[in-house]
Amino acid sequence: MLNTLSSTTPTSPGLWALAWRRLRSDRLAMLALAVVALFLVTLLLSATGLVAKNWDAEIGVNYAPPTFVGAQSAEERGVQDMNTAEALPPENPRDPLAAVIRQLRAERAVVVGSGGAAIDDYGIVDPLAGEIAEIRSGQGKDHAAAAIERRATLPFGADKWGHDIILKTIKGSETSIVVGLSAALLATVLGTLFGAVAGYYGQWLDDFFNWFYSVFTSIPYLLLILAVAAVLQQKGVLTIVLILGLTGWTGVFRLIRAEYIKHKSREYVLAADAIGASDMRRMFIHIFPNVSHVALVQLSILSVGFIKSEVILSFLGFGVPVGVASWGSMLNEAQNELILGKWWQLAAASVAMAVLVTAFSLFTDALRDALDPKLR
Amino acid sequence: MTAYILRRLWQMLPTLLGVVVLVFLLFNWVGGDPAYILAGKMSNPEQIANIRKQLGVDEPFWVQLWIFIKQIVSMDFGASWSTGETVSHVLATRLGPSLTVLVPLTILETLLSIGLALGVAYVRGSLTDRMVMIACTVGMSISILVYIIVFQYVLAYQWGLFPVQGWGDSFSENLFHYALLPILIALAVGIAPSLRLFRTFFLDEINQDYVRTARAKGLSEKRILWVHVLRNAAIPIVTHVMSNLPALLIGAFLIERFFSIPGIGREVILAVERSDFPVIKAITIYVAVATMFFNLLTDLMYKALDPRVQLK
Repeated sequence: MLNTLSSTTPTSPGLWALAWRRLRSDRLAMLALAVVALFLVTLLLSATGLVAKNWDAEIGVNYAPPTFVGAQSAEERGVQDMNTAEALPPENPRDPLAAVIRQLRAERAVVVGSGGAAIDDYGIVDPLAGEIAEIRSGQGKDHAAAAIERRATLPFGADKWGHDIILKTIKGSETSIVVGLSAALLATVLGTLFGAVAGYYGQWLDDFFNWFYSVFTSIPYLLLILAVAAVLQQKGVLTIVLILGLTGWTGVFRLIRAEYIKHKSREYVLAADAIGASDMRRMFIHIFPNVSHVALVQLSILSVGFIKSEVILSFLGFGVPVGVASWGSMLNEAQNELILGKWWQLAAASVAMAVLVTAFSLFTDALRDALDPKLR
Repeated sequence: MTAYILRRLWQMLPTLLGVVVLVFLLFNWVGGDPAYILAGKMSNPEQIANIRKQLGVDEPFWVQLWIFIKQIVSMDFGASWSTGETVSHVLATRLGPSLTVLVPLTILETLLSIGLALGVAYVRGSLTDRMVMIACTVGMSISILVYIIVFQYVLAYQWGLFPVQGWGDSFSENLFHYALLPILIALAVGIAPSLRLFRTFFLDEINQDYVRTARAKGLSEKRILWVHVLRNAAIPIVTHVMSNLPALLIGAFLIERFFSIPGIGREVILAVERSDFPVIKAITIYVAVATMFFNLLTDLMYKALDPRVQLK
C-alpha cells in the first residue's frame, strides 16, 4: 500500500524544470531563443571554418552593390568619372563652396572637351600627358580583364576591397559574439567568486570586497573601460575580453553576495556543516546550485551589454586589430562609405547586430521572469 | 544631519584612496614604463633616463604614489603629453561644452520619459503597453553608432536641417545651433531605457495600498497616476537621474566625437588615442570624486523627498 502510494506520487518539478515550462509557454521568448540559437549555430560553423572561411577573398568588384540595386562595376564608374565633368564626389547642396566648385568643374569640362588634354587638373601644361594617357588606357584594359573574374553584383554587396558583405558579417558576428560571451563569462565568474567569498565568510573579507566594489563603482563604467584600454597597448580579442571582463563584475558581485548572506544560515547549509562538509564544499556544492539562476540571468544580461560595448570599442579602434572583421570595425568602414552612397555594409552590420541583440534581450527578459520573478 | 554628512565624507576617504591606488597601479605598473610612451620609438637610453627622472619614475613606488596624491590635491597634473596644454586648463575649458549638451538633454530626457512612462503605465497590460515595450527593446538593440551615423548623414548632411558638426564661441549659438542635433540623437537613444525603467517604478507603486484607497475615494485614474503615484515614484527616479549624472559626462563621448564638440568625453577619447596619460588620470580621479559626492547628494535628496527615510 505504502509502496504504490510513493510510486504514484509525482515528484515536484525543480526550479529548472519549472523555469523551462514557463519559458516554453512564452511564444515570443521561444522565437527569440530560436534566433539566438541560429546565430550561435552560424558562429560554430564559421569558427570551424565550414562557413565564411574565405571571407577576405576579393570576389566582387570594389563596392559591388547588392543585386537588387543592379550591376554597376567600379571600373565603369571610374571611366565615367574620368570622362565627364560631373565627377565624384557628388555635390553637397549645403556646401558653401558649391558655386566655386561648379565653376571650376565647368572650366575643366571646357578644357577637356576642346581636346586640350595636355592641361592637367591644376591648369599646368603637361608634356607627358600623351604618354600617361597611353599607359592609362593599357591599365584600363588590364583592369577590364581582371573585372571579368570579379562579380559586378553580390546578393548583399561588397566592401571597399570587394569582400562579400554577407560573409564578412558572419565572420564579424563570430568576433563580436565570442568577445561578448567570453567577457560576460569572465565577469560572471569573478563576480560570483568575490560575492561568494564576501557573503559566505563575512567579517573582514566582506569589508574588503565591499571596499573593492565601492572603488570600482565610483569610477563610471565607460571611463574605467577607456582607461584600461589606454593602458593595454596590445590590441586583440583577448585584450578586449580582459578589459570588459575585469571591469564588469560589480553587478554580479552585489547580487551573489546578497544571496550568499541569505543562504549561509539556512538549515540545509547548517546540516551540511553538521555532517562535516568543508567551507568550500558548502559554498560551491551546496549553496551555489541554489543561487546559480541569479548568475545565469546576470550572464545573459552582461552578454548583451558586452556585445554592444565590443562594437563601440572596435569602432573607436581600441578593440580588435585591423584585419579582423567585427561589427564595430564594419561600422567604422561603413561610416565613410555612407558619404559615397554605399550604404550596404552599414545596413548589414546594423541589422545583424540589432536582430541578435533584440532577440537576446527579449530572451533575457523572459529568462529572468521565468527563473526569478522577484528580480527586476 | 551635519554629523551624518561628516561621517559620510569620512567614509569616502578609503574609497577615494582605493581609486587613487587603482589608477596609479593601472598607469604606472600595468601600462609599462611611461617614459617609453612619452619618448616615442626614436629615443636613446639617455633620453629615456632623462624623462624617467623628470617624471619621477625612477623613484621608489611609494614616493611616486605620494607625488600622484600631491598632484590630485593641488589639482596640478602638469602638462598634457601630446599638446603641452596644462591638464587643469584642459578640464576647465572642456567642461562648458559638455554641460551645454548634457543639462538640456538630462532635463528633456527625464521629463519626456516620465510623461511617456506614465502614459504606458496608464494602459498597462494592454497591447499598446506590450508593443511600446518591444519597440523599446528593439530601439535599445540598435547600436548608438548607427543612430549617430544615420541621423547625422540624413538630417544634417543630406537635408541640411542641422549643421553637420562644429562648435562656436557664443553660448546661445552653441545651444540653439550646434547642440540641437546632438541633443536630439541622445534623446532618441536615451529615452527607451529610461522609459522602461520608470515604467517599472510606476508599476511598483500602482499595487500599493494608498492607490487602492485613492481609487476607493473615487479619484480618477489620471489623478491617481499624476499626483499620487508620480510623487511616490519620484524617489527612485531622482535617485536614478542623480546618480547617473557623472557617468553621463563620459557617456556622451560618442556624440561629442561625431559632432566635434570640444567636451570632456571627446577629450577622453583623444587622450586614449594619444596615450596621453596625465589627462586620463586627472579625468578618472575627478569624475570618481564627483560620483561619490553625487551619491551623497542623492542620499540627502532621498531624505528630503521621503521623510520616512532614516539616515544612518
